[in-house]
Amino acid sequence: MPSFSHFFNILMETKGVFLKAMLLTLELTVVSILLGIVIGLVFALLKISNIKVLELISDIYVYLVRGTPLIVQIFILYFGISGIFLLPDFWAASLALALHNGAYISEILRGAIQSVDKGQFEAGRSLGMTKTLTLRRIILPQAFRRALPPLGNQFIISLKDSSLAAFISMNELFNVATTLGSNNFDEMTYLLIVAVYYLLLVALMTFVVNRIELKLAVSDR
Amino acid sequence: MNTKEMIKINQLNKSFGDLHVLKDINMTVYESDVVCLIGSSGSGKSTLLRCLNFLERKDNGSIIIEGNEVNPRTDDLNKIREKVGMVFQNFNLFPHKTVLENITEAPIMVKGINKEEAIIKAKQLLKKVGLEDKSDVYPGKLSGGQKQRVAIARALAMEPDIMLFDEPTSALDPELVGEVLTTMKDLAEEGMTMVVVTHEMGFAREVADWIVYMHDGKIVERGTPEEFFNHPKEERTREFLNATMLK
Repeated sequence: MPSFSHFFNILMETKGVFLKAMLLTLELTVVSILLGIVIGLVFALLKISNIKVLELISDIYVYLVRGTPLIVQIFILYFGISGIFLLPDFWAASLALALHNGAYISEILRGAIQSVDKGQFEAGRSLGMTKTLTLRRIILPQAFRRALPPLGNQFIISLKDSSLAAFISMNELFNVATTLGSNNFDEMTYLLIVAVYYLLLVALMTFVVNRIELKLAVSDR
Repeated sequence: MNTKEMIKINQLNKSFGDLHVLKDINMTVYESDVVCLIGSSGSGKSTLLRCLNFLERKDNGSIIIEGNEVNPRTDDLNKIREKVGMVFQNFNLFPHKTVLENITEAPIMVKGINKEEAIIKAKQLLKKVGLEDKSDVYPGKLSGGQKQRVAIARALAMEPDIMLFDEPTSALDPELVGEVLTTMKDLAEEGMTMVVVTHEMGFAREVADWIVYMHDGKIVERGTPEEFFNHPKEERTREFLNATMLK
């Protein structure tokens, strides 16, 4: 194990390059989460549409994504799709992560939507609101609030999963750590340093999710 | 007596799978009438009420609302529902919206009324149901009786011609029933056309113009409260009244 002063010295020396890598990790994560929410919402709505074909499409999507490793999905997008048209590595990684997260998020949102009492839907309808309007104004806000704890979980997972972008040579945190580590024959120090950065990011993310939860909890009794 | 037919039901039938819950229902509700649907659980009264708002689809027969026969497949049910307000047993207030927002939501989003106007109207309605001080409170902070009065105000905000009540006091603590019934009585006195599914025999006797007694998916007997409670014609009705100890 490296001594603490050695670890601290390297941490300070490398903070420029790691901060840059952290920014890329953050970009990958935020883009994949935002896209993932959109994808997740679409497939959650397909799943509850009561239209067999659409439900099947949603089922197949979730099955394919959950049934294959994320690294395989990233490679397929990066090597496979890039052969057909040029997909920059950032977008290959972001898209793979977004499609991956989307499947899990769709299941989280579906569960949350279905957990809202059906009386809420009837109340909206009885006031002359259309299905879409009731969904948008009455059901989804309540569902989203219930989905936040598992969503927060999923966000943290996707942050850590973004490390797999290292394998398509994106200079995000994990790639920088392993490269510097092996160049300097000092893997352990750099792995501990990168762990610190991930912990920082997770702390930040947890803070943000908690704030949103608090903000949405105003209506609690 | 008013003679404008607000609701007319002809030969209405409805089944849930093998369960035939409404059998050849015929009924007319005239303007400003208060009709109380009574009967034991499972008699079909709530299903009948929900058919009037098309939350349940009839199997066959016809439902005519204010002179127009409604075809749920082709008609815009949202337009019809704007005219037919509904109050539920479990209130179904929107928990993520304040009392005021609960009331203004549909007028703004459905009718396109501007926000200021909707708020003024909502405050008047809150005053009417005695809750003007609760406008910024979330439903979770209200008692059951207060929730139900907000739900009534919410339905009234759409300015319906007909109000449906589905066991509005059944989920309430006994001491909170009175305030809701008082609100409903006020509404009846203003001339609102009301169809009320209820177990409150006192309310039915005092406020209803007509009592409709249902059993096993059929209308067994109908009459004025005086006829129904004091001179029931059918044996089944007498049994029911004896059982409810209000003969």
